[in-house]
Amino acid sequence: MLAFAIRRSLQIVPTILAVVLLIFVLFSVIPGSIVSALSDEGRGAIDAQVAERMQKELGLNDPVHVRFASYVSKLATGDFGTSFRTREPVTSMLAKRAWPTLQLIFAAMLFAIVVGVPLGFIAALKPGGLIDMASMIGAVSGLSMPKFWLGLLLMYLFALTLGWLPSFGYGDGGLMYLILPAVTLGVSPMALLARTTRAAVLEIMTADFVRTARSKGMSELRVVKWHVMRNALVLILTTIGLQFGSLMGQAVVVEKLFSWPGIGSLLVDSVLQRDIPAVQGAILVAVLFFLIVNALVDLLYVVIDPRIKYS
Amino acid sequence: MPLRFNLVVGGTLFALAVFVGLFAPWLAHTDPVMDANLLNAEEPPSWTWWFGTDAQGRDIYSRVVHGARISLTVGIVSQLINTFIGVSLGLTAGYLGGWWDDFVNGLTNLMLAIPSLIFALAIMAVLGPGLTSLLIALGLTNWSFSCRIARASALSLKSQGYVQAAKVLGYGNLRIMVTQLLPNMLGPIIVIGTLGLGSAVLAEASLSFLGLGVRPPYPSWGSMLSEARDQITTAPWLSIFPGLAIFLTVLGLNLLGDGLRDILDPQSRSTRV
Amino acid sequence: MTAVPLIEVDDLRIDLDVQGRRVAAADGISFRIDRGETFGLVGESGCGKSITALALIGLLRHPLSIGAGRIRFEGREIQNLSPARQRELRGDRIAMIFQEPMTALNPVSPVGRQIAEMFVLHKGKSWREANRLAIEALASVRVPAPERRVKDFPYQLSGGMRQRVMIAIALACGPDLLIADEPTTALDVTVQAEIIELMRDLCAAKGTAVLMISHDLGLVANVCRRVAVMYAGRIVEEQSSDDIFRNPAHPYTRGLVGSLPRLGSRAAHGQSRLQEIKGVVPAITSFPHGCRFNPRCVRVTDVCRTVEPAVDLLDAGGLVRCHHHG
Repeated sequence: MLAFAIRRSLQIVPTILAVVLLIFVLFSVIPGSIVSALSDEGRGAIDAQVAERMQKELGLNDPVHVRFASYVSKLATGDFGTSFRTREPVTSMLAKRAWPTLQLIFAAMLFAIVVGVPLGFIAALKPGGLIDMASMIGAVSGLSMPKFWLGLLLMYLFALTLGWLPSFGYGDGGLMYLILPAVTLGVSPMALLARTTRAAVLEIMTADFVRTARSKGMSELRVVKWHVMRNALVLILTTIGLQFGSLMGQAVVVEKLFSWPGIGSLLVDSVLQRDIPAVQGAILVAVLFFLIVNALVDLLYVVIDPRIKYS
Repeated sequence: MPLRFNLVVGGTLFALAVFVGLFAPWLAHTDPVMDANLLNAEEPPSWTWWFGTDAQGRDIYSRVVHGARISLTVGIVSQLINTFIGVSLGLTAGYLGGWWDDFVNGLTNLMLAIPSLIFALAIMAVLGPGLTSLLIALGLTNWSFSCRIARASALSLKSQGYVQAAKVLGYGNLRIMVTQLLPNMLGPIIVIGTLGLGSAVLAEASLSFLGLGVRPPYPSWGSMLSEARDQITTAPWLSIFPGLAIFLTVLGLNLLGDGLRDILDPQSRSTRV
Repeated sequence: MTAVPLIEVDDLRIDLDVQGRRVAAADGISFRIDRGETFGLVGESGCGKSITALALIGLLRHPLSIGAGRIRFEGREIQNLSPARQRELRGDRIAMIFQEPMTALNPVSPVGRQIAEMFVLHKGKSWREANRLAIEALASVRVPAPERRVKDFPYQLSGGMRQRVMIAIALACGPDLLIADEPTTALDVTVQAEIIELMRDLCAAKGTAVLMISHDLGLVANVCRRVAVMYAGRIVEEQSSDDIFRNPAHPYTRGLVGSLPRLGSRAAHGQSRLQEIKGVVPAITSFPHGCRFNPRCVRVTDVCRTVEPAVDLLDAGGLVRCHHHG
């Protein structure tokens, strides 16, 4: 088990390296992108001398492979460079914003799991029933709804009209501030989880071992609890792992909407102001997070499904 | 649910959106950008202003109608780019195999490791905001699904008799791929493309909402919502209608995609809702 | 023999819902099994024997349902019991073994736990006590090192071992009736005999009645005292195992007996081939008029094509459904 955990963790490394290379190519090899990005902010042509000085300062005159090597070696020591905008080390900017984003994403996923999985189970127990129809229509709607629109509506209803919750911001970091953004972000994974859970349960309910369980004299509830649940979990977990990726992407929009001080709003602000080092840093952290979560999901598989060998 | 429910409702919603987009100039009451009149600012919905007016006194109905044009154009063009990239890579990888297959596989896995909206943001950061950047950013970041489907189909099709026969007849690789393989994988590709179009419309709206896509004063549903956010207390109708337009269009595409899957790609049905 | 049979099936009909239309997948099914008796149900696949078994244990699910008739267990009609009372019988008094021991066991649950469930469900044991009993149950089906095996998952066991686990589950609560649906079909030939012997020994020791279902007449006759032969949703003949070999009354049974390889016969007539019954079993939705076997029957006459034969009693004490028996 431990050996598997270590091996699985090491698998992240090549992917991360590839992402680093991709980001590096995107931002550094495309000619003049950084300097033109900087000059755009200044509106109009930049002084040739200033450009020259900037090129030198940023090491842009070195050959590509030298620049890549120095970029990677800096990254390895945790140095993401310095923000163009705030002159602050990107690493410390990211560190400050990592916690709110983690809070948001895990709260959203928690909401999605707590609501979506039971909903899928209930829908599957009486396929074609009223609850099934309603929850499936709700699920398709949840998937089709733009997050920022849903967020705006929730904000209008619960914050501005009813006054139950704060409308935006991080506040003191308390739970009340977390609820609206987390629910907004959690709706589409919730919808997807309800659908996959329903499909998984329906498929498992036709399995031979479920017939065996019934022949033992179990009630349907026991059959689900003792035999269907664990088998369904394997399929549900896959969805959860995959959803973390799009959750990370959607978090950008939701953070911006609710002025949530996370990696996502940092990313948007940095893109808007073309603060390249901050953009690079935020993307790398987002990808790293996604990869780590997927590795954790793989570890959970092994715990849940004994058939998966440690290989 | 009746088998064709998805298809009928989804198809209708999508057809409606396309119709509105095509005939926007005739359907709109006023010019969406120019007809600002501060005397009419922030009128709630009424018989005159069906969806109300915004802070500049522009008719929201006309802007939503014109928004269909921009949102659907961006969605369709970027999804076509995605499909083209995905199918070209997947088809060649599956058919040719070898190092090229390994490379494409690696690239696809890499794409799956980066959330597509974040990748699109990165491209926008390099290219700067604007419509062209938006098309490129969205067109380059969501091709992995069509690539996987095309690759899997090519792999299973290439051992079929008629493909082998074409080889024996001396057809070139390109000709075999285009005339023998491509027509036989169209079904699943159309399904993925339809569902992808839904995500593309959503992604366009998201980026425009963030201020990176279509910029004001031009009406895209996303940019309209971005403006609406600041006036949600005084003029909530500004938020309702553009959002509803996105929602119904994407819902239509998702239902249509599901319905088409039942017809065109029946093997994958059993595991789906 | 007691006056009240252990289980009595009376004119049972099982319906299949084909897109809203009800078709009888099996009908006119009647038989009885006494306490401790072994009874066999034989027929080709699709003849309705498995669904009859599922009806007995109350496991028919849509699109199948009981259309008519009665099933009495110790004199009480099972269908009239509440679902909760039916569940109390299921597993505790009537148990079942299925054909495919790989898929019939939950792949992500240790086999010990799957046995222990029986003691928790029906005997009110704690899990701790149930797990101890599960080890004993595994030992009773002659699984070596049961205290280690209980922790194994089904994929870690061989097919024969898995079927032993199924038997342990089925016999855990000492049921009065064991239904075995093709218990050895999925197993290697060498393992088949062991499993059959194990089943027979355990049931004989505990006085458990057995309803054995198989396509293999030889196997069934070897295990059971009485045999019923099913064809196209009907029981066409029922006799004692000895009589059915000596005097098969129905042409179909004759075909089945003729298709059995007999020891020594092959050596004697090297070139003679096994007899076979020509044609295939008709689909449920298109049973032929008259006698359902008539298109394949070697003794078919006009009456067979129009009139369905009634049940006739045989002199030797069995019954048959044929116009031309004897």
